[in-house]
Amino acid sequence: MNDLARYERRRRIMYGWMLLSPALILLSLFAFIPSAMTFWSSLFSRGTRRNPSEFVGAGNYELLFADPTFSKVVVNNLIYAGVTIPVSIIIALAMALWANSKIPARGFVRTAFFTPTILPMIAAANIWLFFYTPGLGVLDQIGALFGFGSVNWLGRPETALWAVIIVTIWKEAGFFMIFYLAALQTIPPDLKEAADIEGASRWTYTRRIVLPLLMPTTIFVAVNALINSVKLIDHLFILTKGGPSDASKLVLYYIWELAFSYFDRPQAAALTVMVLLVLGITAAIKFIILDRRTHYQ
Amino acid sequence: MTDPFVHVESVEKRWNGQLGVEDISLSIPRGSFVALLGPSGCGKSTTLRLLAGLEVPDSGRIVIGGRDVTASPAAERGLSMVFQSYALFPHLDVAENVLFGLKVRRVPRAEQRKKLAEALDMTGLTGLEKRKPGQISGGQRQRVALARAIVAGHPLCLMDEPLSNLDAKLRHSVRRDIKKLQRDLGMTVIYVTHDQTEAMSMADMVVLMKEGRIEQAGKPAELYETPASTFVAGFVGSPPMAFMDAAILPAGLTSAGLDAVYGVRPEHLDLTQEGEGLLQAVITHCEYMGSETFISFDVPGTSGLTVRLPGEVRRSVGEAAGLTFDLSNLHAFDKNTGYKLSR
Repeated sequence: MNDLARYERRRRIMYGWMLLSPALILLSLFAFIPSAMTFWSSLFSRGTRRNPSEFVGAGNYELLFADPTFSKVVVNNLIYAGVTIPVSIIIALAMALWANSKIPARGFVRTAFFTPTILPMIAAANIWLFFYTPGLGVLDQIGALFGFGSVNWLGRPETALWAVIIVTIWKEAGFFMIFYLAALQTIPPDLKEAADIEGASRWTYTRRIVLPLLMPTTIFVAVNALINSVKLIDHLFILTKGGPSDASKLVLYYIWELAFSYFDRPQAAALTVMVLLVLGITAAIKFIILDRRTHYQ
Repeated sequence: MTDPFVHVESVEKRWNGQLGVEDISLSIPRGSFVALLGPSGCGKSTTLRLLAGLEVPDSGRIVIGGRDVTASPAAERGLSMVFQSYALFPHLDVAENVLFGLKVRRVPRAEQRKKLAEALDMTGLTGLEKRKPGQISGGQRQRVALARAIVAGHPLCLMDEPLSNLDAKLRHSVRRDIKKLQRDLGMTVIYVTHDQTEAMSMADMVVLMKEGRIEQAGKPAELYETPASTFVAGFVGSPPMAFMDAAILPAGLTSAGLDAVYGVRPEHLDLTQEGEGLLQAVITHCEYMGSETFISFDVPGTSGLTVRLPGEVRRSVGEAAGLTFDLSNLHAFDKNTGYKLSR
């Protein structure tokens, strides 16, 4: 009997590991091990033929903090995230509320809002490249109608980052709208009726009932937007290549440059580790703090 | 019934030409309990939603408390509503759910607290203030919906099948609670149900609807004792009235002629020996209910023929028996229209 119980116990443990193994193997191969290796390589100096690579500890990190481009891209990315995340969420929510109400051509409106999401980022960037082109571009042509001069949106340090931000918002808002739309459709219509009978205005209903019920979606979307603000840099390759003079350079683009243009892999590794750290901490804070205040059905 | 509290005048509502309700006229005195009864799709919920202001009638007039509210939004009609699904706000706790309307109307906080305590006490929810709807039982959720409906003290409360999500035992006790609340608070309640027992046992007035029209409105006893049509007779009562074609009854018994259908309640039928009585029948079903036994028969030209006998009666299925009844207990209906024939 005791043997049988022990056998049963062992069987269950084996079973658990078997269920765990596919995810464990894949995540280890493509996430955990590379992260650890990145961290390890960030501790060594860049090897050249004359100076072989040697252990420098935090040396690469010190170099990074001394690098003016590093602070520039961090500030850029903070602005980029600080604008794209809230603005795309607010626009997504507004579009979802609108596309969920009883309006004519609702299907068309939803499709129209979602179209930017279907486009590959590279294609979207090419479209916007045409919009932004000085002289020929749509923006300049519209501006010319009102008597404004030609503006090189992507070519001026003051506007380049903002031009990139607008493309990102345009691309993301439609995608996030789909999540909000799905969440809105799970809210039973009789909640609205109950609120109506109690005399709640549209605004009160939205603020007191709809927004709290959408909180799980908002958290999900916000985490996604945060990840995208670091991860999504395809459009930079088409639009600005980080320029002019690093005005629109984001962290991941800089990592790519360090690794594959300057071939400074230890520096790139150090920067990657810092990005992972910041993202991890932010996600943890979001989930821990916001989850506690959120109602899940 | 001078100066009715709720007055509905030939209200009609259609959706894309499809009939919702038609020619609905009702006068409901203050403080009464009215049941809108009928099978699904008969328009009883639509009628309630029209009263609530969740739908706007295509024509007709709705007056509540002497004020024409036909075009008023729901909030201005001075009523509360209990939804079939309860429509509780899942992210708010019990207290916030109950107080939602008072908060919207910016009632002073001290008054909110007082009314909350009263409403929770009356519905037996005291102590559950901080629970979310997901953390309480179905019966408690139902009482939260009730508490939310009574907390504002509106004189009119609409209930849309409030008991349909409860199990049978709970339903019975909640039925009494609702009735007691209504009486204690002097509320006028308009109550939608498809369950005739609920309607008959709770209501002062039952409005039986069919296909978007009112079939008969009156006291429960009126509907039971003098049904206006075969539909009413077949809907009210458990088991409902049985019907017999005039042709199968002994000639000379029936004054209304062969175009009539005769209805008889189970308690007015009596069992006799085979070969005696007015009808010869075969037992198809025997239901023992404890204090009484229902025996059903199959006779060509009849439907739902059932006898109610007190206590336990042992008869086997397939046995032949005679049936007898007093002619004065027969209800005559027109065979084609189903409406009552005057004697």
